[in-house]
Amino acid sequence: MTQIHSKAASVRFENVSKLYGRTVRAVDNISLEIAAGSLVTLLGPSGCGKTTTLRMIAGLEMATEGRIFIGDRDVTKLPATDRDVSMVFQSYALFPHMTVLENVSYGLKFSGFDKTETKARAMAGLELVGLAGYGNRLPSELSGGQQQRVAVARALVLEPQVLLFDEPLSNLDAKLRRQVREEIRDIQQTLGLTVVYVTHDQEEALAVSDEIVVMRNAAIAQKGTPRELYEAPADAFVADFIGEANLIPVEIAAVEGDTATVRIADYTHRLPARGFSRGPARLAVRPSRMRLVAGAGDGVAAVIAKATYVGSRMEYTVTAAFGTVFAVLDDVVTPFREGDAVTISFAASGPVLIPAAQP
Amino acid sequence: MRTTSLERTTHPVLIFWIVAGWVGFALLPWYGVEDFLTFEWLLDGWPLEADYAPAAVLIAKGQKLWLAPMLVALAAPLFVLNRRKSDPVFARVLIAAGAFGFAWLIGQGLGIGLRGFTADWLAALFGPLEDRQFGMGYGALVTASAFLFLLTQGIAARGAINGDVFVTSAIGGVIAVVAIFVFFPIAKMLQNAFITKDGSYSILGFFPRFMDPRIWGIGCLEGGRCGAAWNSLVLAVLVGVLTTLLGLAFALVLTRSGFRQKRLLRALTVLPIITPPFVIGLAIILLFGLSGTVTTTVATVLGIEPTRWVYGMAGVAIAQVLAFTPIAFLVLIGVVEGVSPSMEEAAQTLRANRWQTFCTVTWPLMRPGLANAFLLGFIESMADFGNPLVLGGNFDVLSTEIFFAIVGAQHDPGRAAILAMVLLVFTLGAFYLQRFWLGRKSYTTVTGKGDAGVHPAMPRGLAWPVYATVVAWTAFTLVVYGMILYGSVVQLWGVDNTLTFKHYLTAFRIDWGESGLRWTGSAWDSFWTTIMIATAAAPLTAAIGLITAYLLTRQDFAGKRAFEFGTMLSFAIPGTVIGVAYILAFNVPPVEITGTGLILVVSFIFRNMPVGVRAGIASMSQLDRSLDESSLTLGANSWQTFRAVILPLLRPAILAALVYSFVRAMTAISAVIFLVSAKYDMATSYIIGRVENNDYGLAIAYSTALIFVMLAAVGLLQLLVGRTQIGRRTAHAEGH
Repeated sequence: MTQIHSKAASVRFENVSKLYGRTVRAVDNISLEIAAGSLVTLLGPSGCGKTTTLRMIAGLEMATEGRIFIGDRDVTKLPATDRDVSMVFQSYALFPHMTVLENVSYGLKFSGFDKTETKARAMAGLELVGLAGYGNRLPSELSGGQQQRVAVARALVLEPQVLLFDEPLSNLDAKLRRQVREEIRDIQQTLGLTVVYVTHDQEEALAVSDEIVVMRNAAIAQKGTPRELYEAPADAFVADFIGEANLIPVEIAAVEGDTATVRIADYTHRLPARGFSRGPARLAVRPSRMRLVAGAGDGVAAVIAKATYVGSRMEYTVTAAFGTVFAVLDDVVTPFREGDAVTISFAASGPVLIPAAQP
Repeated sequence: MRTTSLERTTHPVLIFWIVAGWVGFALLPWYGVEDFLTFEWLLDGWPLEADYAPAAVLIAKGQKLWLAPMLVALAAPLFVLNRRKSDPVFARVLIAAGAFGFAWLIGQGLGIGLRGFTADWLAALFGPLEDRQFGMGYGALVTASAFLFLLTQGIAARGAINGDVFVTSAIGGVIAVVAIFVFFPIAKMLQNAFITKDGSYSILGFFPRFMDPRIWGIGCLEGGRCGAAWNSLVLAVLVGVLTTLLGLAFALVLTRSGFRQKRLLRALTVLPIITPPFVIGLAIILLFGLSGTVTTTVATVLGIEPTRWVYGMAGVAIAQVLAFTPIAFLVLIGVVEGVSPSMEEAAQTLRANRWQTFCTVTWPLMRPGLANAFLLGFIESMADFGNPLVLGGNFDVLSTEIFFAIVGAQHDPGRAAILAMVLLVFTLGAFYLQRFWLGRKSYTTVTGKGDAGVHPAMPRGLAWPVYATVVAWTAFTLVVYGMILYGSVVQLWGVDNTLTFKHYLTAFRIDWGESGLRWTGSAWDSFWTTIMIATAAAPLTAAIGLITAYLLTRQDFAGKRAFEFGTMLSFAIPGTVIGVAYILAFNVPPVEITGTGLILVVSFIFRNMPVGVRAGIASMSQLDRSLDESSLTLGANSWQTFRAVILPLLRPAILAALVYSFVRAMTAISAVIFLVSAKYDMATSYIIGRVENNDYGLAIAYSTALIFVMLAAVGLLQLLVGRTQIGRRTAHAEGH
């Protein structure tokens, strides 16, 4: 039985830039290393350059400056046809005039396999994505999720060094998304593929990735594992983009070893210093790490400005002296009401220090 | 496998073109051979006879030694065959060999003609040349192609368009053929404008001839005659305005009223496609001519003398408005439908009534489209040749003046060139306005997002006049076409109205003789020639049109805008101008094809190329670009992608381009009339010949037969495209 293997290779960007025309910098001086066999997500708001970066790996865009390596090979000047990279498109780009099997066989035809080998590999690919009996259908006769899997199979059967996904879930409905992203992750781990994955959905990125590269304004904002990014964002942009975060201006009163003591009005809170020294900074606190207690107590006095019931939890907009923050509490049985006086404090772990806002 | 393709050192495409170059140089006859495709020349003294000899044999015999330097360019690529594509020497050698070979081939062709050197400075430089040469033949053609594609492969190897050989070669090929068959003849014609009657160049002689009162005179303001330029201009503006208004009325009725017979209205748009342009003029004569139905009726009823009023501006204008209104209609359907209903619905929810909505939203949004329709009508009227020829009388317009300057007693190519120049300036000006001024102003971009909503009906005050106009004009059009049909079966119009099939018999008689079928009708010759030429031109037109469309929609390269302008330019060049330019340019070496069927095929390809390009662009922009990209990332190269993905999905567009270029080749007259010869006469020029001999019955019968042939072709197309379920977009495509 023919099986799909992996020839996973690493990807390396050395000072890569992409200019459109003379002045528009879509990607600005990016250096990046993607280890073989890992799934790396490029995450960022629209227009941040993540899709351009992906297309430069594919060879659909050519880097204006810098060098790109796949494995040990310099592919900077190589067009898409000659790179050993496959891509799953946002629109899937299945050829509407070919059957599912013809679609999956398409790339194999140009790779020097004979007819029986091509067929066997294509069948194995369809088997892998659970569409074994669908070879003779036309793409238009499949559901969105099935089309997506055909697109994955078509890319997989070439055993590419790198497999690229351009927002693969954006055309699926919410329930299917969870299922398909788990399937993609399963296949990637089973075969040990190098996968580069573009999305603007932070939850999706956190769920599937070995590593996430957050991009902003054509440059890399931060790179790290999902946990690192969520729990130790480098700056306000990353903190706010990965999950939501309340950014509260604080004063670092003292630093003792690894522990910093910060002061907000009269309230003090101790947390890891992460290399910060005394002076102004900001505290990034996830809405779920906010603690609200009725009446006065140890913390910052505040007033509930808005209370929203969303079924599994309560969402509050709270106004304090330092500004407005957003909090999520699990207690839906005895919620606060708008206008209630509360005291804000923070969970022991979770809040992190980030640099103060630029004046 | 894929990873090895850059390192490989065999280049099948390169080998093919090197071999082609040698075949063209050493095997095929270098100079033009009559009836090449019968291959009689093979038995007629080839390869040693000088008329049929390949270039290599000529050189070996010590003749035409100026062909020898090309050997270097043919040999050089052989030395880099085993080098890698990424090797800079590979690219440099190919570019040098291709560019030198191509330039030398063109240069010697232009520099040495029937009487030795073609320019005095060449003779001064190299001394007089005793030898001479004729038009290039297939050997030269193949060798030139080989040089061109060696050059493009070299450019690709240097990294242009990501090193894509297919795309670079396609760009190079399109540029070369457009340069040779559009720009070269036009340049040659402009050059002729500076030649005086005694054959020398003179800039001083140009101005008095350019300012000739027969071109620019304004005598008609004082009861005399005006110049052809003013006549053409006034006529074109008039026709442009009228066709736009009528087309708008039809479009409004179609989209914004409860009118029932919308299919009938749509059918009207087919008429100009299948009607030879001068046929309307003939029908107008049948109605309003000296012995026309209307004229004689009015004369009897009112007791006045019938006049020849229709011969002149009035008649030409009526005929052109009839002929070109459907074109404006076709453009304006798109414009009127393109105004998003949600805009109008928004206006209505903001408390504007129907009339206010129309005036404040619908009309302003349509304005650029109206200007566009006007300019199209303007260009069509300027370029029209058939109707002024049939109906013009003493009313001179540029297109007919050009014709008479060439074929009439005057035979003055210089004057024809000057007139063509004036005409070209008018049409190119309109074309430029249309593309670059209006191109950016269009509000009616279809976003692809579903726009639920209905166009509101017209306000009542507008609806009634529009209805009345549309009904009246439709009735008039039907009467005109009825006249054509009726006129073809009448003995002698206005004199003897008995019904007869005489004209059809004269034209299309078939006898059964001893030797089987005999096509004895007088029209068969030109009919079969027309079918043959149109059949040969159609696939070539479609091919070059689609390749150009592919380059324009799918590839980015330096100079793309100029490339686009150049390829669409031939749309704005009137047929008469092309006709004059072709006979001036291709009557002498290096390209000597006047009087052959080839020149007709070539003229059709470049006259109709914009149709193919537009059909291709329209359907290619429906195909998502990710289809190509996914094919590329799956390891197919751009040629394989074009063939396996784009072409199959474009089948309806290909079919449409084929049929339209076929039909347009059958109805064309303006360029054709200059280019036909005794051997290759075309249907339209034959009909015009009959009209000039006052043989209206036969002319109309032949035209009717042509209309039915083309109706059948278009009907067949509808049937085929209707059945082809290709180009279906999958459901997910609606998601974004």
